[in-house]
Amino acid sequence: MIRLDNVIKTYVMGEIELTVLKGISIDVREGDFYSIIGPSGSGKSTLMNILGCLDVPTSGEYYLDGKEISTYNENDLAKIRNEKIGFIFQKFNLLPRLDAFENVELPLIYRGVKSKRRKEETEIALDSVGLYDRMHHKPNELSGGQQQRVAIARALVGNPSVLLADEPTGNLDTKSGNEVLDILESLNKKGRTIIVITHDLEVADRSKTEITLRDGIIVNRKVK
Amino acid sequence: MNISLKNTLKMSIQSILSNKMRTFLTMLGIIIGVFSVIVMVSMGQGATASVTQSIEGMGSNLLNITLTDRTIRFSNDNLNELSMLEGVQLLSPNINWMAPVKYGLNNEEGTSVVGVNENYMAINGHTIKTGRLINPLDIENRNKVVLLGSEVSENLFGQFNPIDESISLSGIKYTVVGVLEEKESTLFGDNNNMVLIPYTTGMRQFRTNSVSSITVQGADAASIDKTQSDIESYLLTLYGTDSYRIFNQEQLLSTLNEITGVLTLLLGGIAGISLLVGGIGIMNIMLVTVSERTREIGVRKAIGARRSNILFQFLIESSVISGIGGIIGIILGILANSIISTAFEIPISASLQVIMIAFLFSLFVGVFFGMYPANKASKLKPVDALRYE
Repeated sequence: MIRLDNVIKTYVMGEIELTVLKGISIDVREGDFYSIIGPSGSGKSTLMNILGCLDVPTSGEYYLDGKEISTYNENDLAKIRNEKIGFIFQKFNLLPRLDAFENVELPLIYRGVKSKRRKEETEIALDSVGLYDRMHHKPNELSGGQQQRVAIARALVGNPSVLLADEPTGNLDTKSGNEVLDILESLNKKGRTIIVITHDLEVADRSKTEITLRDGIIVNRKVK
Repeated sequence: MNISLKNTLKMSIQSILSNKMRTFLTMLGIIIGVFSVIVMVSMGQGATASVTQSIEGMGSNLLNITLTDRTIRFSNDNLNELSMLEGVQLLSPNINWMAPVKYGLNNEEGTSVVGVNENYMAINGHTIKTGRLINPLDIENRNKVVLLGSEVSENLFGQFNPIDESISLSGIKYTVVGVLEEKESTLFGDNNNMVLIPYTTGMRQFRTNSVSSITVQGADAASIDKTQSDIESYLLTLYGTDSYRIFNQEQLLSTLNEITGVLTLLLGGIAGISLLVGGIGIMNIMLVTVSERTREIGVRKAIGARRSNILFQFLIESSVISGIGGIIGIILGILANSIISTAFEIPISASLQVIMIAFLFSLFVGVFFGMYPANKASKLKPVDALRYE
C-alpha cells in the first residue's frame, strides 16, 4: 500500500547541493509494522517527511494506496495528510491552548465532519488510548506519556491508512515509552499499518520489518 | 473537506482570548481610532448644522445691501425707486448705531439701536409681544417711538409693563410703543439686546445723512439671483461705481458649508490617521503571533489544514480584534457625543452613516493589515514549520 521507487531527495542550500536520500525503495504492505532505524543524519526524518506527504521527493516515485503523489497539488496533499496519514511526533506537538478533546477533534474539523459525529468519534479515539476521563485536560495538565497517548488518539481519529511515528518514545521515560509501544503494537494486531522511525533498537525489535538507513541509503533489510 | 466558518471563528476567538492583555492593547489602537473618527466628524457636522440653522434663520430670500461710499447720499426717493423694482417685495433701511439707553436709574450702555421702517419686522421675522409696531406715520413724522428687544425690556423694566413709558436714547426721550418677542440670534447679531426706532428719527438724531444699509426681501428663493442683478444694475446706474456690496444668504450659506465641510473632512482625516496607526499595530502583533505559532501552523498543516484554512484563521483573528475594537469605539464615541452636547449645549450626534463608515473602515483595517501576516502564515511549508523551535 506504500511503495517508494528509487526516491531521491536533494536540498539546495545556496550553492551547495546536499543529497539526503540517495535512491530509497521500500514496500510497506497493509498491516505491516515497519521500522526505520539509523543514526542521526542518516536521512530518517527526511524519509518520514516524504512518507507523510509533508515534503515531496526530488525524483523517484511514491505510491500511496496505488496512486502516485507527485501529481498532487498542495490542497490534494493536505487532503491526503488529513485522510490517509496519522502523525505521531517525538515532541507530541499538541496545541497547548486546546484540551485533549479539542486536540483530537482537530483532524475531523479540517475534514468537515459534523459536530455530533465528531464528538462520538473523538470520544471513541480517546477511550481507545485510555484517556476518556482526561478529555478536558490541557496538555500541560497531562504527563508526557498521557500527552503522547492523546497524540496517538489524534492520529487515529480520522481512521487513516497508516500511522507514522517519528521517535514516539524519544521524549518519554521507559515505563511510559513501553505503554506507548504497547498501544502501537495492539493497534497493529488489529490490522493498523504502522511505520516507526527510531534510533532505539528496542523499539525496532517489536516491529515486523526493519530497515537500516545510513547516509541516505538502505544498508540492511530484515523481515522477521 | 471544508471547514465551517463557525469552527474557524471558534479557533480565532480561542487564540484571541489566550492572550488577553496583548489583544486588549492591540484593540485599543482601533478603539481610539474609531472613537476619534466618530467624535470629530460628529462635531464637524454639528458645527455645520448650527451654522446652517443660524443662517437659514435669517431667511433664504433676503438680500443685504451695504453702501460703502458715505459721500453719496441715498435718499428716500432712491429707496422708493428700489422698492419699485420687479422682484423686490419688501425693503427696509437697516442703520446701526450704538447708544446708551436709560430708564430711571437703569442704564444700558452701548445698546444697539437700529433705524428701520415699518417693513423691518416682517422681513426679519420679528413678532410683537405687547404694544404695536412702528408704522408709516412714525416714519413720516419722525416720531420718537421705540420698540424694545426682549432682553433690553427685561433689563430696564423687569416684570413691569414698559408700554407708554419714556426712556432716553443718548439723552433724547423716546416713548416705548412695543416689546419684541424673544428671537434666536443669527450670525449677524443679537436679536434681543437691541431697540428699533424709525430710521428717519434716528438719522436726524445721530446726524446721519445717508442710508447705509438696506435689507431687501425678494419674492422667493428661486428668483433671488435675478432680483440681485436687477438691484446691482440700478445701483450701478445711480452711482457709476461699485461702491456697494450685496450679501445673498444662499451664497453665504454655500460658502460657509464649504468651509465647515472641509473642516469636517480634515478632522475626520486626522482621526482616520489614528485608525490607520491602530491598523499597523494589528499587523505588528499578528506578525508576532504568526512567528510564535509557527509550530502550531506546522501541526495544523500536518493533520490536514489547507492553506486557505490557515489564511482564514489568522484573517478572522485580526478582523475580530478590529471589529470588536470598532464596536467599543463606536459605543464610547456615542457616549462622548452625548456628554459633549449636554456639557457645551451644542447639538452633536453621530449619524448612522458615520457609524457605519467608521465600523466598516475598522473592519477593513483589520482585513487589510491582517492580510500580510495571514498570508505569511499560510505559505509556511509544513516541514519547516514543524522543525521551528
